[in-house]
This record gives sequence, structure tokens and C-alpha cells, in this order.
Amino acid sequence: MPFKTLRPSKAVIFFVVLLTLFSVAVSAFASTESTAPIVENSNVAWWVWPLVLFVVTFVLGILAVLGGVGGGVLFVPIIGGFFPFNIDFVRGAGLLVALAGALAAGPGLLKRNLASLRLALPVALIASTAAIGGAMIGLALSPNLVNTLLGATILFIVIIMGTAKKSDFPNVPKPDNLAQSLGIMGIYREESLGKDVEWTVHKTPQGLALFIVIGIMAGMFGLGAGWANVPVLNLLMGAPLKISVATSKFLLSITDTSAAWIYLNQGAVLPMIVVPSIVGIMLGSMVGVKILVKAKPKAIKWMVIGLLLFAGLRSLLKGLEIWK
Amino acid sequence: MSNERTKASEEQIIYANILNKGMWFGLILLIITFIIYITGVLPSYVPIEELAKTPAGSTVPYWSMRAHEFNQAFNIPTGWGWTALAGKGDYMNFIGIAILAGLSVVCYIAILPILIRKKETPYVIIAIVEIAILALAASGILKTGGH
Repeated sequence: MPFKTLRPSKAVIFFVVLLTLFSVAVSAFASTESTAPIVENSNVAWWVWPLVLFVVTFVLGILAVLGGVGGGVLFVPIIGGFFPFNIDFVRGAGLLVALAGALAAGPGLLKRNLASLRLALPVALIASTAAIGGAMIGLALSPNLVNTLLGATILFIVIIMGTAKKSDFPNVPKPDNLAQSLGIMGIYREESLGKDVEWTVHKTPQGLALFIVIGIMAGMFGLGAGWANVPVLNLLMGAPLKISVATSKFLLSITDTSAAWIYLNQGAVLPMIVVPSIVGIMLGSMVGVKILVKAKPKAIKWMVIGLLLFAGLRSLLKGLEIWK
Repeated sequence: MSNERTKASEEQIIYANILNKGMWFGLILLIITFIIYITGVLPSYVPIEELAKTPAGSTVPYWSMRAHEFNQAFNIPTGWGWTALAGKGDYMNFIGIAILAGLSVVCYIAILPILIRKKETPYVIIAIVEIAILALAASGILKTGGH
């Protein structure tokens, strides 16, 4: 594997080159969108599309791991912004991409007691119910409005990623009444400290209220909601960072399931988009985990933020019909 | 090393095991059916090469249409209507997708007896309501307006 021998700086250069190639390739295909009324589309062999989608999602899978974000949040704005597929199908695929990633990671996180069922179950109930509403709203809105709101959301995520602080072990002086009655607490082994860490949460009602908003946004835009789950679980409710990240990832397997069913039942799922994307993201994530050992996470985090900024602006301007 | 205190609960382990097996089963099935789809071993309801074509009277290719327009163009049933087309190369992929999307309900049903046995009343209620919510989402009863 050539990746194993890459030095951090070379890895960054490698990704910049890869991204440039990716942008050129995507732009070439994106141009067919503007020529959609002409039957020139049929000149592109059908197999080119799943292949390009696979390559792009493979790269996104690598970047998602290195940037510490879920695949869905990169997938929807980039595929929606630069591929000729309708945003309905892209959102349906985005949910299934995020779902597949969560299903793959979930079992390991649960077994290692990093993802907590006691924390996830109440949150999932709120978020998955809201995600159904979000999916229904999203499918009823016009594509331009969806793109505009999606672009604004992605730009908001960029701000969150760029500014939000994280706390490894937030101080929770006392669990609130709801957390206490639900018994939301646990113990996990923190290998970096070589000791067991006991945790609980507070401000549970406020946290659950925010998950209504998160669920609606996840369903409406087909985004995995890790970007919002983690800050709420970690910074507001006070769960340790590892527990927050792991529970958030597992949580997506429930939140995205409910919204995915709405898209599936409304016929907003095209296997030609879904399957190469799922396989591409999953394989990319595996490679990403290997590169993570060598790469500079900070540099890549900023690269991902730059990519999201670009994709968010593209969605926003597409929705406003400024950049069609 | 982890000890008894840091071990995952019984229901958590069962949930994880079902999720793991179901995920691999659904994913492998999805890949197999996709290969069947793209190799044309079975005929597709909507031929894959049609997706990029712009139909007469339209300004966009099929895959640029909104979902309800696409369904209308090919007379595709919504809800669980796809099961009638599951023998076709393209809709066969929906079996794997439905398995992946249905896994959470199965996991909830599996842990419910454990929660009841442990007398975790709030979590029993949460699990039952979640099963109902996911079943409602999967049922196809909920329709989007505006079309």
C-alpha cells in the first residue's frame, strides 16, 4: 500500500492533487447538467456514472475519516452540487450512505461500551421522530429551496467545525432529574489514561429539545447529523468526548433509518446512485483510517472545512439560481 | 484491560450482534444484486442506460427529475409497491436496502424482552414507542404533500 509510506506533508499534497483531479473530473461531468435539455447526455456511456460516483465517494470516504466528519455531510452537498442527479435522489442516497457507515461502526462501538444504549435510546426516539417530519418536509419543498437551505446549513456547519471547542471530560457536577430517572450513566475504560472513567449527563431536557432540530435537518437534507450530535452530547449534555462521538455514530443508524424509509417509500432512491456510493464511502473510510496514522489531522481538517465551504456555497448559489 | 464494571450491558451486546450480522448480510446482498443489475443478468424495470436520457417533452434527463416525476414517467409504484418489481434487476437492490433500513427495528424487538425482564420500565416504553415510530416510517402510510 503506497499510503503507508506517505509522509504527512506528502499526504496533504497527495490529497490536494487528488482533489484537483476530482474537481476536474466532476466539472467535466457537471457540464452535462447544463446541457441536460439536449440529448447529448446519452453520449456518456451509462457505466461511467457509477464509476465516477464510486471514485468520488471513495475520496470522500478518505476525507471524511481524516476530517473527522460523517460521510453524509460531505456526500449530499458535493454530489448534489456537481452531479446531474436530482437532489431528491441525492438526499435518499445520502441517508443510506450515513446509515451504512453507522451500521458498520455501531456494533464495535456498542461492544466496547463507547456507544451507550442508555444515552442513545431516549435521544434516538426524539431524533428519529423529528427526522420523519424533516424527510416529509424536504420532499415537499422545491429543489431550489432545499438547495438554498442546504447551502446555508453547510455554511453553518463550517462555522461550527471551525469554532466549536471539544471537551474530553466535561464537568458534570450532578445529573439532572431526567438523566437520573432514566439512569443515563456509564463507565468506560480510557486507555490513554489507563483508568476507568465514570460519566453521566446533565441538561437532558435542553439536549433532547435540540435533537428535534437536528432530526428535522437530518431528514430534510439527507445529512448524517454527527456534526450536530457531538457538540450537543459533549458540550451541552456533558458526555465525555469518546462517548459522544461513538454514541453519535451509533445514533445515526436509528435517526437515518426513519428518514430513509420515507425516501424509500416515496421512490426517492436510485440503486445506481446508492450502491456505488455506499461501497465507495466504506472502502474510502477503511483507507482513511490507515492514512490517519501518518497524516496531519489539523491540516486535513481545514482542507475538509474548505471543501465543505465550497460545496455549501455551490448549493446556496445553485438554490438561488446564481450558479446553475 | 476492561473489567466487569466497564463491560457493555447484555442488551447492548445483543443489539450489537444483530446489527453486525444484519449489516454484513444486507451489504453483501446489496453488492450481489447491484452486480446483477449492472451486468444485466436480469432485465431491469428501468434500463440503466435510460437514466441519463432526456425524454421527449422534458428539459432534463430522468435522473435529474424530481422523485415523483421519475415515478410518474415510469409508472413506478410508491410505498411497498416495489416488492412486486423485486424480480427485476434494479428493484432487486431494494431488498438489501430494506434489510439495512429495517435492522434497527429488529434490534429493538430483540432487546425488548431483556428490558422487560430487568424491569427497565422507562426504556421498555421508549423501545415500544421507537418500534412503533420506525414501523410507521417503514409502512408507507406517510405521504409527502405538494405533488
